[in-house]
Amino acid sequence: MKKTRNSTTPTTGGGGATTAMRVIVPLQGVVQGRGGLFLGSVIPCALFYFLQLYLKGRGGRKSDDPPAPPESSPSETHLPEVSTLHRVHSRLLLSPRGTNGPAQVSSRANAISKQVDGPYYVGLKRSVDDPYDEMNNPDGVIQLGMAENRLSLDMVQEWLAEHTRESIICQDLSISGIAAYQSFDGLMELKVVVAGFMSQVMEKPQFFNPAQIVLTAGATPAIEILSFCLADPGNAFLVPSPYYPDLDRDVKWRTGVEIVSVPCRSADNFSLSTTALDRAFNQAKKRGLKVRGIIISNPSNPVGILYNREMLYSLLDFATDKNIHIISNEIFAGSTHGSEEFVSMAEIIDTEDFDRNRVHIVYGLSKDISLPGFGIGVIYTFNENVLSAAKKLARFSPVSSPTQRLLISMLSHTKFVQRFIKINRERVRRMYYLFVGGLKLLGIECTKSNGGFYCWADMSCLIRSYSEKGELELWEKLLNVAKVNATPGSSCHCVEPGWFQLCFSTLREKDIPVVVERIRKISETCISRS
Amino acid sequence: MAIEIEKPTVGLSKVAVSDTHGEDSPYFAGWKAYDEDPYDELCNPSGVIQMGLAENQVSFDLLEQYLEKHSEATNWGNRTSGFRDNALFQDYHGLQTFRKAMACFMEQIRGGRAKFNPNRVVITAGATAANELLTFILADPGDALLIPTPYYPGFDRDLRWRTGVKIVPVHCDSSNNFEITPQALEAAYNEAESMNIKVRGVLITNPSNPLGATIKRSTLEEILEFVTSKNIHLVSDEIYSGSTFSGEEFVSVAEVLEAQNYKDSERVHIVYSLSKDLGLPGFRVGTIYSYNDKVVTTARRMSSFTLISSQTQQLLASMLLDETFTANYIKTNRERLKKRYQMIIDGLRNSGIECLKGNAGLFCWMNLSPLLEEPTKESELILWKSMLHEVKLNISPGSSCHCSDPGWFRVCFANMSEQTLQVALTRIHDFMDRRKAMKTSN
Repeated sequence: MKKTRNSTTPTTGGGGATTAMRVIVPLQGVVQGRGGLFLGSVIPCALFYFLQLYLKGRGGRKSDDPPAPPESSPSETHLPEVSTLHRVHSRLLLSPRGTNGPAQVSSRANAISKQVDGPYYVGLKRSVDDPYDEMNNPDGVIQLGMAENRLSLDMVQEWLAEHTRESIICQDLSISGIAAYQSFDGLMELKVVVAGFMSQVMEKPQFFNPAQIVLTAGATPAIEILSFCLADPGNAFLVPSPYYPDLDRDVKWRTGVEIVSVPCRSADNFSLSTTALDRAFNQAKKRGLKVRGIIISNPSNPVGILYNREMLYSLLDFATDKNIHIISNEIFAGSTHGSEEFVSMAEIIDTEDFDRNRVHIVYGLSKDISLPGFGIGVIYTFNENVLSAAKKLARFSPVSSPTQRLLISMLSHTKFVQRFIKINRERVRRMYYLFVGGLKLLGIECTKSNGGFYCWADMSCLIRSYSEKGELELWEKLLNVAKVNATPGSSCHCVEPGWFQLCFSTLREKDIPVVVERIRKISETCISRS
Repeated sequence: MAIEIEKPTVGLSKVAVSDTHGEDSPYFAGWKAYDEDPYDELCNPSGVIQMGLAENQVSFDLLEQYLEKHSEATNWGNRTSGFRDNALFQDYHGLQTFRKAMACFMEQIRGGRAKFNPNRVVITAGATAANELLTFILADPGDALLIPTPYYPGFDRDLRWRTGVKIVPVHCDSSNNFEITPQALEAAYNEAESMNIKVRGVLITNPSNPLGATIKRSTLEEILEFVTSKNIHLVSDEIYSGSTFSGEEFVSVAEVLEAQNYKDSERVHIVYSLSKDLGLPGFRVGTIYSYNDKVVTTARRMSSFTLISSQTQQLLASMLLDETFTANYIKTNRERLKKRYQMIIDGLRNSGIECLKGNAGLFCWMNLSPLLEEPTKESELILWKSMLHEVKLNISPGSSCHCSDPGWFRVCFANMSEQTLQVALTRIHDFMDRRKAMKTSN
């Protein structure tokens, strides 16, 4: 029987999983090699056209003097370097006096700036500083820690190449809309196509009402806005663990809201049980924390399992019983690849008689169409009051209008969208099987998952001591020796040591043997637990 | 008969139900009236003219023209090194070229009198986000920022709503042209102290919104002295710095710091945005420039909640790094704004209305206090209503800006054509004539 670690034991050094807040910033939008050059050229050009149109709509006289050719930029100025962070204990430290000089910053800022950057962030940084490239940097770090989908960028490139011109002259683009004062929660035209996209992606004719959508600059602010709306400082959300590291930042950092994790175990294939939910709820109560809601991701991240109908009903029953909210983050809905069907919360709410006011769905385009910096977040809620508040709060995280225009055009091309979704799914499935198969050759088993472009691997056979410490040792070996960046389960608050999330969506097929070989090399130096 | 047991509705947070968003105030009510009945020269000549929106439309043609000239040169070609940068940046740091472009542009606006280091530039999706972010970083819930009145109505929402931070006003009045005095700062600080509220900083807007005037160098020095003596922060929102009517009159806090060799500068933070100076509000581009390393690092991480797409950054970077274009734009924009300002001032003067002497911004600060029945906020709102419903002009009442002297109004002049402005001035003239006639007949 597997031991579980005590998640409240404080650790030192390389940053273990604790209940302290963690600053983990994803490094999204890294496009390497294929796609980067082309997209880097086409998209800004497309945006220039949109900018022109935007301005034409606002009117203006022509000036007489043509501008001269561009000159070179001025020389660099030198001011003090930004200081590096200090590594301290991973416990939350609040210094009453502050150490940053005369005027202090808030305790919020203080706490974060003293945090150790956990493995998740360290690994991502290393991958960016020393990225693998088949030709130019064959010894570089292979990135398996970023859930970004590069598998289908070529299709987006193709669309852009064919349609940029057309989109510009297209009559449907109403420029006068941009000239007037705009609401911050996104253009209605974009909401309409996003609603359509969501429906297509979920493979069911599920109707999403554009009027219930709030658009934000990515899923990160979408989650934070919902946290602000549904909970007060000192309240808590229940979150099944393991959960993705960014959630700590998105939910807790500025809101003052807590996360109480609901541990899921390998014995149950990491699926959520109502018993565990109940237990966590009562524990929270004992700690004096008022639970305001449950946050799930479906398909789940980092494990990749889908919630079936029964589980969703149980969740809703539980939420009704306790009179709390449910946030369902369905951002990986377009990356399902197994035999199980994906069921959205929207479908359940539609067909069953639950109180709609407690259900909120988060979605986003950054996973399914991983264009760097095109991440749009979606809050989809049935609750009028939440909708009204979220619309106003979107002013702090609005989407740029050129970006909106480009997406409106792209998502309106139904044929492209259909083809994209279908082929993307096939590629995700193929990569999943190839990757899992490759790991199997090393004796590494993965949880059977049906969604997301990552796998949840049991690498406990490779760790020396069956503990968080052992797991982190393996993580360091993987990163520094094998030059493979994977996310350790402890960063995801997993109660069982030895699990790692490996994202395969930034790889090409031929990279898989390279990864497998590198892991094999270090596994020979690992003592397996017998 | 069975008694229905009412199910308890699922609760929301205080943030969600609070009205700190302020959208029920006159400032926003006027906008609604405009939305319902917008002026159009041909189709709705008797509609409401929007003078409550500080947007800059006077220099669009310059931007259009730039793009027409440069769309071929931009990025279709072989700038491989540029693409690599675009492809491989870390998102919350922002594109290096874009940060450099913002730093250069900010230097140009200040006539090269202050230097900006691109590594201190933090990118946000708009100045609204930048101000909120700084508030999260500099103050804890329950703390306060001191803000000189009158101030931009949006601050009540942007700085307080989610942060839980309070605003304590620093009262300025017409007796000295609404200038900020050390006495007023001291009084506000003491008021906060007496309520057991911890003051964390002073926030100024320079050039001022709604006054439309720059802050004098000596005043900036006094403010710096004040914040240093209290060991608190200073946030200078310089969002209108490119909209001064002449290049020389604007003094940025950056210049004052440079003159004193950046001594004690870790308490100073500047907010900027391209929405006003370049007239690109839809692009949502804002920055925080901080002289404090910790603030820069923390603000960068927090900007994850408010990112600008890399494509927007790249697009604007090219434009802002084109110094010939920017130099010409800044100069021409200033001239046009000055001309507009003159037009509205003259027009108002012909109607017997005086304004505060202004030298910047997209609006003027108009004095209608002689028209008030009584020198009260209520009278001001009555006058505001008649301006809105009778004269069909949406202007912003001073009370929305927390002005202690009733009867002042902010009137925007850059978000419309010259023809529309003329129509507005005619309406005001007629309105004043009617009032004069009424008075003489009484």
